[in-house]
Amino acid sequence: MKNDNTNNRKRERHDISAYLERNREKVGKGGIISVLFSGVGGQGIILASTVLARAATLAGYDVKVSEVHGMAQRGGSVVGSVRFGNQVYSPIIEKADILIALEKLESARYLDMLSPDGFLFINDYEIVPVSVYMGVKKYPADIEEQIAGITPGYITIKATDIAAGLGEIRATNMVLTGSLSRFLPIKLESWDEALKDLVPQRALELNLDAFKKGREIIK
Amino acid sequence: MDDNKEKRLLTGNEAIARGAYEAGVRVATAYPGTPSTEILENISKYPEIYSQWSVNEKVALEVASGSSMAGARTLVAMKHVGLNVAADPFMTLSYTGVTGGLVLISADDPQLHSSQNEQDNRYYARFARVPMLEPSDSQEAKDFIAAALDISEKYDTPVMVRTTTRISHSRSLVVTGPRKDIPIRKYEKDSQKYVMIPAFGRIRHRAVLERWEKLRELSDSTPLNKVFRGPAGDAETGIITSGVVFQYAREVFGELPILKLGMSSPLPEKLIRDFARNKRKIVVIEELEPYLEEIILAMGLETEIVGKELFPLYGELSPGMLRTSSERVMGKNAEGSGVQGRAALQIRDIQEQLPPRPPVLCAGCPHRPVFHILKKLKLKVMGDIGCYTLSVLPPLESLDSCLCMGAGMGQALGMEKADPGLKGKVVSVIGDSTFFHSGITPLVDNVYNKGTGIIIILDNRITAMTGHQVHPGVGMTLMGEHTVTINPEDIAVSLGVENVEVVDPYDMKSFEKTIREHQGKAGLSVIVARQRCVLLDRKKPKKYEVFIDQEKCEKCGLCLKFGCPAIEYKDDIYSISSLQCSGCGVCTDICRKDAIICRSPS
Repeated sequence: MKNDNTNNRKRERHDISAYLERNREKVGKGGIISVLFSGVGGQGIILASTVLARAATLAGYDVKVSEVHGMAQRGGSVVGSVRFGNQVYSPIIEKADILIALEKLESARYLDMLSPDGFLFINDYEIVPVSVYMGVKKYPADIEEQIAGITPGYITIKATDIAAGLGEIRATNMVLTGSLSRFLPIKLESWDEALKDLVPQRALELNLDAFKKGREIIK
Repeated sequence: MDDNKEKRLLTGNEAIARGAYEAGVRVATAYPGTPSTEILENISKYPEIYSQWSVNEKVALEVASGSSMAGARTLVAMKHVGLNVAADPFMTLSYTGVTGGLVLISADDPQLHSSQNEQDNRYYARFARVPMLEPSDSQEAKDFIAAALDISEKYDTPVMVRTTTRISHSRSLVVTGPRKDIPIRKYEKDSQKYVMIPAFGRIRHRAVLERWEKLRELSDSTPLNKVFRGPAGDAETGIITSGVVFQYAREVFGELPILKLGMSSPLPEKLIRDFARNKRKIVVIEELEPYLEEIILAMGLETEIVGKELFPLYGELSPGMLRTSSERVMGKNAEGSGVQGRAALQIRDIQEQLPPRPPVLCAGCPHRPVFHILKKLKLKVMGDIGCYTLSVLPPLESLDSCLCMGAGMGQALGMEKADPGLKGKVVSVIGDSTFFHSGITPLVDNVYNKGTGIIIILDNRITAMTGHQVHPGVGMTLMGEHTVTINPEDIAVSLGVENVEVVDPYDMKSFEKTIREHQGKAGLSVIVARQRCVLLDRKKPKKYEVFIDQEKCEKCGLCLKFGCPAIEYKDDIYSISSLQCSGCGVCTDICRKDAIICRSPS
C-alpha cells in the first residue's frame, strides 16, 4: 500500500539550476553554504561529510565540519555538518541551505534547522526505531506529505535502492553525495579527487559508481 | 589550487596529534574517553613518539610526569572527568614543575554528548595555578601545543590545553610543518623540587605563587590573547570570549570588537582593563560556568559587565543562541534567517509526533543477554561507565546506578552494609577496560570488608564505547606490540575471592543458572561474562542465519522485549532483519514457542 503511495506521488518541486545559481551567488558575495546531514548512526554520515568537505577544500573554499562520535553513534539519531565559503567561523550550523536525510523520518527531526528557502533531500528508506517496536510511538506514515506542505524545495531519492543495485547498501551515502553535487558550486574534478583521496582503494570503484548514479538521477 | 592540496582538513584531535609531532614530543599517554580518544590514536601513527594507553588517567599523568622529569617533551590527554581521576598527581605536579615540557589536554564535553556530567575544567587550571590555553579551531589546536610546551619549559610548569567537543570533533583547515628536533633536557637530581615532603612543599608552593605572577605578565603580552577590532572601530560594547565560542561571536557579532583569550589562565588583566576603557559595556560569552565573568567582575572595572544573565550555565552555546541575545548585546537584532511564524509551528507539530531514536546496544551485543537476565531476576544492578550503561533505557531498564568509572562495586558493598536484607539481591556490573581502570581497588575493598555480593565483569575484550581501544586484557599495546594478557578472573582468584566463574553470556540459559547459583553462596562472587564485542567480528561470516517461523509465531511480542534492533515488527508481523542481525542466535532462547530458528549459513 505504501509503495503505491510512493510511486504515485510526484509533488516534488525543484529547479536545480536555480538552486545551483543561488548557491554560487551566495558564496560569490562572501556568504557561507551550510549542508546538514542527518541519519542513523552507522549510515556513513562522517564519510559523506568528509568527502564534501574535501571537495570544497580542493575547490579553494574555507571549510569547517562538525561530527558526532562516542555514545551518540550507537544506532541513535545523528547529524553532521559541513560549511564552506570565503571564510567560515562557526563549525556548527545555524540554518542549513541543504539538509540531506539518509533516513526518512530523520528529515523531519531536523527540519527546524533548514533555512526557509533551503532544499531538502530525503532518502526513501526507513529504519524503524526501537521505540516504535515498543509501541511508544508510531512511525509516521505520511511524513513526506507533511513535509511537502511546508518545505518549498525537496526531492525524494531511492538512494538505498540504487546502492543495493550496485551490490552494497552502505554506498547510500555516496549516491546522495552525488545528487548533492549538482546543487553546489564545486567542479566535478574536485569531487572525483576528494573521493580518491578519502575512499580506500578496494571500495573506490563502488563509491565512484554510486556517486555517478546519484549525480545522474538529478535531472 | 596546489595550495589547497597542502591544507589538511583535520579534527581538533588530529591537529593536536600533529602539533605534538611537530613540537618534538617524545612520549604521549592517555586513557580513552570521548571527546579526547583520537588524540592518542593519531599520535600512535608517528613512530618518533612513544605512545601508550595507560590503565587510567592518574597513571597516564604519572607516566607523563616521569617522562618529563627524564627531560622529554610529553603530552597526556584525557576527557574532562578523567582529570578528576588524575587530580591527585595534577595538583602537586603544579608544585614540582617539569624538566621536559609537559602539556595536559583536557577535552571537556558541554552538552554531555557522551559523558556523565558537563563540569567546566577551566577551574582546574586556576585551582592548580597552572597556565591554560584554549584553541578555537584546528589550526590553533595544532599551534597551541608548541606554544604550551614552550611555556611549560620556560616557566617550569605543566600547561593545560582545554578543548571542548566542538573543537575536538570539528574539522577545519590546517597548514602543517616539519618536526622540530628538541633534544632531551638533562635530568638532574633535585629533591627539593621533586620530593614533596611538607618542608619542600612549602618552598615549592611559594615558587608556584611567584610563577603565577610571571604568568600574569605573560598573559598580558602574549600574542595568544588578541583583540579583533571589527569594522565599527571603537564601539561602546565589546565582547570577551575564548575557545569555539569565539567563532560563534565572530560570526554573529563580527562588527563589535572582540577580545579573544587564547590563554585564559591566568587572565590578562591589564589587557582586559585596556579593552574595557572607553566602553560602556563588556559582554562575556562563555559556555557553562561564569569562569571569565567572575574573575573580570572581581577586577572592579567601571564598565558594565554582562554574561550569564544572557547565556545559560548549562549546555553548549551556538551561533543561534548568540543571535537570540543580539538585541541585548548590540542594541539591535543581528541579521539572520529564521523560519517564520506559521511554518515554525507546523514544524514543531511534525517533530513532536516523531518516535525518539536514542542510542541502543548493537544487534548481537553480548551485554544484552546479561541485562535481560538481571531484569528477569529483579536484581538491583549497580552500574558503571561503558556501552552497557545503555541498558538503563527501555526495554532492558535494568540499571540502578551509574556514577563514575569503577563506582558500582563500592556502591553494591555500601548497599549490602546498609541493609543486610539486600543480600543476594544486589549485583554490580563493570566492563573489562573499566575494571582495569578503577575496578581493582574496589574489588580489594569488597574482599577485605567481607562483601558477599555478585560482581559481574562484562568482558568483551576491548574498550568498546570509545571505538575499540586495546587494554591490558587484549595482549596488544597501542603501538601494536604484543604483550601479556591480564585476565580479570586471575586477579580475582589471586585476591582470594571464593567464587570465581567465567561464563559465555551468549549461552543465556547457563548464564541465568550461574547467577541463581551464586545468589545462594555465602561469600563474594566474581562472574566474568566473556564474549567478544560484536563489532570486532562484523566482517567475519555469520555463525547462524536467524529467522522467525511465521507458522509457529503466536505474536506475543516477547521477543521485542529483548530490545535487539534486528528484531522487527511491521504490519503485525514479527521478523528478523538479516541486514541488522549479527547471527549470535541468542534470541532463540527468548521465544517460548520456539518460533525463532537458527540455521547454519547455506
